[in-house]
Amino acid sequence: MNSNTIRIIGAGLLLSLSGLVQAADYVIDTKGAHAFIQFHIKHLGYSWLVGRFNTFSGEFSYYEANPNASKVSVTIDTASVDSNHAERDKHLRDEEFLDVEQFPEARFVSTSYRDLGNDKGELQGELTLHGVTRPLTIAVTMIGAGDDPWGGYRLGFEGRTSFALADFGIKRDLGPASKEVHLWLGVEGIRKDQ
Amino acid sequence: MNWRNSTEAYGLIHIVLHWTMAAMIAVLLPLGLWMTGLDYYDPWYKKAPDLHRATGVLVALVLLARMLWRLGNVQPRPLAHSRRERSAARAAHLLLYLLPLLLVASGYLISTADGRAVDVFGWFEIPATLQGIEGQEDVAGEIHFMLAMTLLGLICVHFLAALRHHFVLKDRTLSRMLKPENTSRQVKERQ
Repeated sequence: MNSNTIRIIGAGLLLSLSGLVQAADYVIDTKGAHAFIQFHIKHLGYSWLVGRFNTFSGEFSYYEANPNASKVSVTIDTASVDSNHAERDKHLRDEEFLDVEQFPEARFVSTSYRDLGNDKGELQGELTLHGVTRPLTIAVTMIGAGDDPWGGYRLGFEGRTSFALADFGIKRDLGPASKEVHLWLGVEGIRKDQ
Repeated sequence: MNWRNSTEAYGLIHIVLHWTMAAMIAVLLPLGLWMTGLDYYDPWYKKAPDLHRATGVLVALVLLARMLWRLGNVQPRPLAHSRRERSAARAAHLLLYLLPLLLVASGYLISTADGRAVDVFGWFEIPATLQGIEGQEDVAGEIHFMLAMTLLGLICVHFLAALRHHFVLKDRTLSRMLKPENTSRQVKERQ
């Protein structure tokens, strides 16, 4: 038994002992719109086009004593895509892109979290988009945590990731510079009552 | 030259308005179907929708002129042979005014759903009015498509009915929409 294993068992014991006290489940503050799912993709290779999904919901659990046990799940209403241009959004919703009639939901469910120190982490999970489920890694940065002025406790982080549209079966060709879409996630959670 | 309609014939203004609208709709229907399938890098990807929107606004203007002209003019008597044909023709003609009107309205609601104005060949802009309704561009889009298909079907019926009058029934229904006739001579000939 090496020292690493001992440390993991120790952490596990500590976690199970303190589990009830330390259990930190958060609901993502979409109600107050302190959470954002923003995407950007290159337009012709000359600039960034930015859009977001306005409607989604999610929860996460974060254990200060054992960050690697953290979990996240988010469900996105694909029809809520908003790139600040109604005709383009209509196009993004149709069969050539998100096909929201057939795939009204996108979902991300984490499978593991690795704390990298310095408020950084790596979140592994599975993204289901356009009916295709694939593994996705999100680079996470903790922003801050603490009491809010209204009697609650909040914890926020940001996430960055990118993937090729074609990997999720979205085949419409927007040109060689526009194959990858980048996601920026701004997430603030409100701790649930213990 | 008769500018105005009579109970027997269409005047020049009515005929010109009819064929102007026919020509614009003959452009708009295939253009609308074609442009939505264009590749992003196609040179027409931007031009085709611009042309479609602007021509749609012109259809609205011609339609308005047509309705006003119709209000101030008599309609030539229908040459249909039975009462049933006459009421069918009346219903079809009413729809041929109504469908383009609803098409323009639904198209306008797609393009202005986010508050953007519709540009007409750079000449002028039609500002947005109703905007920001949940799902506006999607619902208006589906309605726009269904109306267009209905209009396409109705135009086929209209076209076939005109040919039937001309070649089968051998009456003046089509020819009086092709050029203004001198009604008094017509009436004399008929007497």
